[in-house]
Amino acid sequence: MTDMPDTTLTSDPSHDAPGDHGDDAAGYYTPGEPIADTKAPGGPIEERWQTRKFEARLVNPSNRRKLSVIIVGTGLAGGSAAATLGEAGYNVKSFCYQDSPRRAHSIAAQGGINAAKNYKEDGDSVHRLFYDTVKGGDYRSRESNVYRLAEVSTNIIDQCVAQGVPFAREYGGLLDNRSFGGVQVSRTFYARGQTGQQLLIGAYQALERQVAAGTVTTYTRHEMLEVILVDGKARGIIARDMVTGEIETHLADVVVLASGGYGNVFYLSTNAMGCNVTATWRAHRKGAYMANPCYTQIHPTCIPVSGAHQSKLTLMSESLRNDGRIWVPKKKADCEKDPRDIPEEDRDYYLERIYPSFGNLVPRDIASRAAKNVCDEGRGVGPAVEGVRRGVYLDFSAAIERLGKDGIEEKYDNLFDMYARITGENPYETPMRIYPAVHYVMGGLWVDYDLMSSIPGLFVTGEANFSDHGANRLGASALMQGLADGYFVLPHTIRDYLADGPFEPVPADHPAVVEAEQSVRSRIDHFLNTKGTRSVDSYHRELGNIMWEYCGMERSEDGLKKAIDLIRTLKDDFWRNVKVLGTAEGLNQSLEKAGRVADFFELGELMCIDALNRRESCGGHFRAESQTEDGEALRHDETFAYVAAWEFAGDGEPPVLHKEDLVYTAIEMKQRSYK
Amino acid sequence: MATTTLVKGARASRSTITLKLLMAASGILFILFVLAHMYGNLKAFSGHDAYNDYAEHLRVMGEPMVPREGFLWILRAALIVALVVHVGSAVALWKRAHRARSTRYVVKKNKASSLSSRTMRWGGLTLLLFIIWHLVNFTIGKVNVSGGSTNDPYNLLVDTFDTWWMTLIYLAAMLALAMHLHHGVWSSAQTLGLTNNARARRNAKTLGWILAVVIAGGFSLVPIFVLAGVITK
Amino acid sequence: MKVTLKIWRQPDAASQGAMHTYELDEVSEDMSFLEMLDVLNENLNAAGEEPVAFDSDCREGICGMCGLMINGEAHGPEVTTTCQLHMRSFKDGDEIVIEPWRADAFPVVKDLVVDRGAFDRIIQAGGFISVNTGSAPEAHSVPVPREDALRAFNVATCIGCGACVAACPNGSASLFMGAKITHLGELPQGQPERDERVVSMVAQHDHEGFGGCTNIGECTAACPKEIPLDVISRLNWDLHQAMRHGH
Ligand SMILES: Cc1cc2nc3c(=O)[nH]c(=O)nc-3n(C[C@H](O)[C@H](O)[C@H](O)COP(=O)(O)OP(=O)(O)OC[C@H]3O[C@@H](n4cnc5c(N)ncnc54)[C@H](O)[C@@H]3O)c2cc1C
Ligand code: HEM
Ligand code: SF4
Ligand code: FES
Repeated sequence: MTDMPDTTLTSDPSHDAPGDHGDDAAGYYTPGEPIADTKAPGGPIEERWQTRKFEARLVNPSNRRKLSVIIVGTGLAGGSAAATLGEAGYNVKSFCYQDSPRRAHSIAAQGGINAAKNYKEDGDSVHRLFYDTVKGGDYRSRESNVYRLAEVSTNIIDQCVAQGVPFAREYGGLLDNRSFGGVQVSRTFYARGQTGQQLLIGAYQALERQVAAGTVTTYTRHEMLEVILVDGKARGIIARDMVTGEIETHLADVVVLASGGYGNVFYLSTNAMGCNVTATWRAHRKGAYMANPCYTQIHPTCIPVSGAHQSKLTLMSESLRNDGRIWVPKKKADCEKDPRDIPEEDRDYYLERIYPSFGNLVPRDIASRAAKNVCDEGRGVGPAVEGVRRGVYLDFSAAIERLGKDGIEEKYDNLFDMYARITGENPYETPMRIYPAVHYVMGGLWVDYDLMSSIPGLFVTGEANFSDHGANRLGASALMQGLADGYFVLPHTIRDYLADGPFEPVPADHPAVVEAEQSVRSRIDHFLNTKGTRSVDSYHRELGNIMWEYCGMERSEDGLKKAIDLIRTLKDDFWRNVKVLGTAEGLNQSLEKAGRVADFFELGELMCIDALNRRESCGGHFRAESQTEDGEALRHDETFAYVAAWEFAGDGEPPVLHKEDLVYTAIEMKQRSYK
Repeated sequence: MATTTLVKGARASRSTITLKLLMAASGILFILFVLAHMYGNLKAFSGHDAYNDYAEHLRVMGEPMVPREGFLWILRAALIVALVVHVGSAVALWKRAHRARSTRYVVKKNKASSLSSRTMRWGGLTLLLFIIWHLVNFTIGKVNVSGGSTNDPYNLLVDTFDTWWMTLIYLAAMLALAMHLHHGVWSSAQTLGLTNNARARRNAKTLGWILAVVIAGGFSLVPIFVLAGVITK
Repeated sequence: MKVTLKIWRQPDAASQGAMHTYELDEVSEDMSFLEMLDVLNENLNAAGEEPVAFDSDCREGICGMCGLMINGEAHGPEVTTTCQLHMRSFKDGDEIVIEPWRADAFPVVKDLVVDRGAFDRIIQAGGFISVNTGSAPEAHSVPVPREDALRAFNVATCIGCGACVAACPNGSASLFMGAKITHLGELPQGQPERDERVVSMVAQHDHEGFGGCTNIGECTAACPKEIPLDVISRLNWDLHQAMRHGH
């Protein structure tokens, strides 16, 4: 092993001492006033949620029917909230862009959902789940929110079981748990590899029950394109009926955005084709702060890109790393060979080599970056796409020898089948090929403890907000957050806001409504009338390449600055030269995409500025300028222990940065180490 | 036909599944009947007297509790009601299915369905026509195609099947019956909710095969042996 | 490879539709079927013809959004969703006929896109367990035999794609409905509403204009999640029981 190339670094390390760096993003933003979360009560962390629930004002049941709530999104976060608020008797309108609420992308989550039930009596507790989640987030999340998440996690399981979610069970009929994402306790509840699907179907059924009860109205194939602010408060949305093309105004006392993540800014990701930033970005443009937009999670075990036609990437559960060994050839010359012909001594099990104690089970960001590094060195495997082979082997031959083919089949057969279907290769015979892909965004709209954004009356839940995962998300905790927000948190915090309602009705010709509607119409007209030469997809793909290259797994000052220039140029071209056929009156999928891509351009730029500002490596965010002697991520708590909340300052104007300092009272900040 | 409203005051008895249930119940009655009927027909192998005794026995069965031919009429009434129900439900479901897809596919493949399952409707209609002809032939009209007597059941039978095309019609009908039963037996088990796992499903399908072969085969023996000259007057 | 595509084009629900023929070159066998259509759409866009509208979202076989009739088979020749079908299942020179799901309960919205709202309404009618948020008992208070939980899970994997309806000669949604009835009926939590659930769901199913089941089995053969026919038996059984209980 001594003559191995050093594979941990590709860029020139400039080892920053904490604090001794300039402001990389100077000139790209305007410093603003600091902000703080004013809603979390003080006192011991264990009591804060109880206190807040008690202090949040109640709404008289007879008044609830008169109070209207718009919820954009029917994923775990939105579906559960709509059902619960409907049950409470509010008048709920629920929106999604798919043809049914059941298809929100939460459906795709595979691995499981965490909860501090301690059914295994292995030392788990609310405090330990809280601790693991904050640590996993690399100390960049807000501790009171995370504690509450851990606290309500147990209720989620009770609720879901009562709804009929068929979690895996043991022979005795009790719920089974597994350990997930490198934690040392077994607290993950799962339903084979389809946990997200089963949880979402549960929430969907609860939602449909309320539709039948008349408390919830669903608007499917409706895309929210604008939020309506009246007197500084969120009072409604403009949505386009994607079937008729009609531009509709929906007014309410409060608006909730549960519109999911924006990983599709990278074009290729494990997100669904329609995942977008439009809902949150439109709100951002109207005054909602966007927090930590650059925090992106890149998942190490996805099926590699097979060609230029690739439209999305498919995740394979992380659990594969429990039994598979990751390697690439030591010699570039071997990369084209059949892997089975490469002798043991010519293989580089690089994770086991660099991280002897965690080996193949290092956290997602580390595994992902290491894979990128070996491929950048030219030692990647699989088909070359645009000249580079981007793939590493995940080899099960040792595990098959150890557990037998049957043993492996029992554990992973659906994953192996999926792999075979997509790649046409048999993973029982030849090693799988994997490569990292964008999977989740920790960034999102800034919210306070009540999950309200900086716009009064605009609440944000689920992946669309920023609150609970800091700079990195632990496996099985996004499902937990979505359901915690929707079932158990929002219904309590929103009532404090609604206690002041019903607010004065907004007339349909109110200037704010007219303005919002006009802006939606003029954008649509613009796309249809540009009559340029390039398709929306081709712009999206190019934007994705820029983002992946410069704002992906590893970021540097030069790269980010270059990316910002490239994005601005491409964005200009997009607005002048995009080609969208068809009409506005009816289903027009190119038109839908054009609106989404337009917003991705603006978001992409802000992500780069945010990444530029954060000259530290933390969680999934790796800055080339901030690493230790041996190439590991280096955090700078003195300088960067804050949430970067960005305020929109107008088109072409530098955004304003508000910092929320992160204060930990119940936990001590520590550097991660996985060596 | 798409709607956006929810049904209020739903009633189980008004459903397509209830129609199916009626078909299954009437179909099972038919199966029991044809089994008994087939057993009776096989008496033809025992000769003229045994067969006619059996025909007479059917007429006096139940006496004196019921008048002569009383049992036969109860049976006939039940069969007629069952036939009306069976055919009526079949027609209702057929029409429904037609409305459920008013625009057809340009190309449509069958992946798993058996030929018999796909021909239940036309096959059923064939059976209906056959039943009518059969009744005209042996029960109501007593038509003897070779011009012989019609008041001796055994002789009528032999005369009929000595005519090659009568036997052919009959055998064709038995093929239709076999196919109808092949799917019908398993289908009725499924409709009754008795095939709630893979094993029960396999068993029901096997039973379908067995009954199809036994019943249609059993019925076919007499005409074939008459035509072959084994069974004679 | 090169393929000839015959695709149903229909501008909107009210207009007449027709089959159109397109030639497509440079199809790679690693492409998914929908990526092949993406390429077609890029070409059409460049040529000034409106792209073909078709549904998809997750593109990993779980959301149930995609669904095309491909050469007369729902989701095409493999047992999987349209989005997980790959071009290696076809060969150079193939003619591929692509149609939308055909059922009057699933009216065409545009081209290959249909409206499956009827499925949502069947669930609204009773495809749930009535338990308000916060009122659930401790999860371990009711053990569920592993076999029952497994069966419930296996049928709960239905993705609501509608292939069963599309493949059924009667346009029946019995497999979809049976899967939900079996999922909830297999669990202790689903018992109290079992009778009402089946009666309401079946009534809604019929009201939407789906056909009656004739146990033909095309549904299960087309189902990407391999939902077995047993669930229809279970559906029928539950309806009889409900009738016996006076519903
Ligand atoms: C492949 C994959 C696997 C995963 N596995 C796990 C796992 O094992 N464990 C875990 O904890 N997490 C996992 N995650 C993460 C987790 O699934 C998501 O973060 C979470 O489900 C997001 O839920 P959500 O409700 O916030 O958003 P979504 O479920 O994405 O819902 C978004 C909703 O918003 C609607 N919407 C969006 N934009 C608009 C608009 N403009 N107008 C109208 N409606 C709109 C959509 O229609 C949809 O209904 C996984 C994610 C992926 C992609
Ligand atoms: C000897 C005569 C007949 C017998 C033994 C018989 C038997 C059966 C049985 C057992 C079934 C299955 C019911 C179910 O699926 O639950 C069935 C179905 C059917 N029968 Fe008959 N039947 C007979 C005559 C007819 C006739 C005369 C018709 C005329 C139209 C007919 C039409 C049908 C049809 C269309 C079905 C399919 C129904 C469905 O599955 O939806 N049958 N039959
Ligand atoms: S039963 Fe199968 S084919 Fe029918 S909707 Fe569900 S998954 Fe699709
Ligand atoms: S697109 Fe989601 S199942 Fe095919």
